[in-house]
Amino acid sequence: MSVPLTLLGLLERESSHGYDLKRDYDAYFGRGKPLPFGQVYSTLSRLARDGKVVISDVGPGAGPDRKRYIITDRGATEVEQWLTQPVEPEPHLQTVLFAKVVLALMLDRPAAEYLDTQRSAHLHRMRELTDIKRSGSLVDALLADHGLYHLEADLRWIEMTGARLDALKRTVRP
Amino acid sequence: MTIMIEARNVVFSFGETPALRGASIAVDSGEILAVMGPSGSGKSTLLHCLAGILVPDSGEILFDGARVDSMTETERSSLRRDRFGFVFQFGQLVPELTAVENVALPLLLSGVRRTEALRKAYAWFERLGLDGMEQRRSGELSGGQAQRVAIARGLVAEPEVLFADEPTGALDSLTGEQVMDLLVAAAREQGTTVILVTHEPRVAAYADREVIVRDGRVNAPDRIAS
Repeated sequence: MSVPLTLLGLLERESSHGYDLKRDYDAYFGRGKPLPFGQVYSTLSRLARDGKVVISDVGPGAGPDRKRYIITDRGATEVEQWLTQPVEPEPHLQTVLFAKVVLALMLDRPAAEYLDTQRSAHLHRMRELTDIKRSGSLVDALLADHGLYHLEADLRWIEMTGARLDALKRTVRP
Repeated sequence: MTIMIEARNVVFSFGETPALRGASIAVDSGEILAVMGPSGSGKSTLLHCLAGILVPDSGEILFDGARVDSMTETERSSLRRDRFGFVFQFGQLVPELTAVENVALPLLLSGVRRTEALRKAYAWFERLGLDGMEQRRSGELSGGQAQRVAIARGLVAEPEVLFADEPTGALDSLTGEQVMDLLVAAAREQGTTVILVTHEPRVAAYADREVIVRDGRVNAPDRIAS
């Protein structure tokens, strides 16, 4: 899970205070592992230093801090690139995919297209592994099988998520 | 690469129920294409339109530059018999015939002499690891053996396009893999274009490329550079 990019994604939805960002991050992406306040503010500082957010002191949000963070064009471009770029297909990437899908829906981006791009990347890798199976030794074939079954599990998740995008959108964009 | 078969903006409905809503696809000569999509998305209907089994309500089907959708039933029947091959989910072998007669069937229907047809059919049994199965009837074959016979029948007449609809759908993983290995190897050797309908990613991974059919339309992802 990329905390900086996820926070940037939340900021593209609306400018926010650090406290509110942490609350939303924990609600959607924390999964029982809340983001420490220290990490939230250090990340936001780095994003500000790199010109991806700017700070405006409009007033307090739900928490005590007074700094409001606003995403810049550079930050928004980075979010866009991250969302559209398929994740390197490898086992156990569902949490990143999950974050991308939720943020895409929050930002009213074409989540179904992102899933299609990811499916294509997965199938491309599966073709490579299938070629290895067909031309390699039995050991190669078994190793390739291990990768193929994990990628297939991801693809099943992509299919199920694709079928549930409308319901998920209603959940994350009430 | 030249386009072998193509659908242009094809619309097809079963009565009031739309199955294809403007599907377009182009398949290169010698390409193995996987057509994927959820159940009811229209992928089998698209295959049947491409193969001249169904005639679109509108849109065009082109094979080797000729309009299939405007051919007569007799012309489409000749096309299916002489230039296309088919493999379905359940081999659909003729139970009254032996395995070798099943393989020879497309040749016999095309007017090839029986001796010559059987000679060509026999050659496929060794190639597909079916030695000794020639005189068995479909009820005496395992699912994997029957499907290999079906592949031989689909390719024996050296078709330009092989249409395969869920060819491993009724098989276990390992047998399905063996069947796909044989199908792909045989098709490549002959230079046959293959249109493979499947919902299984592991089967689609044998293809050169995949397209997704969703709600009666084709979504062809950008090709990823190797």
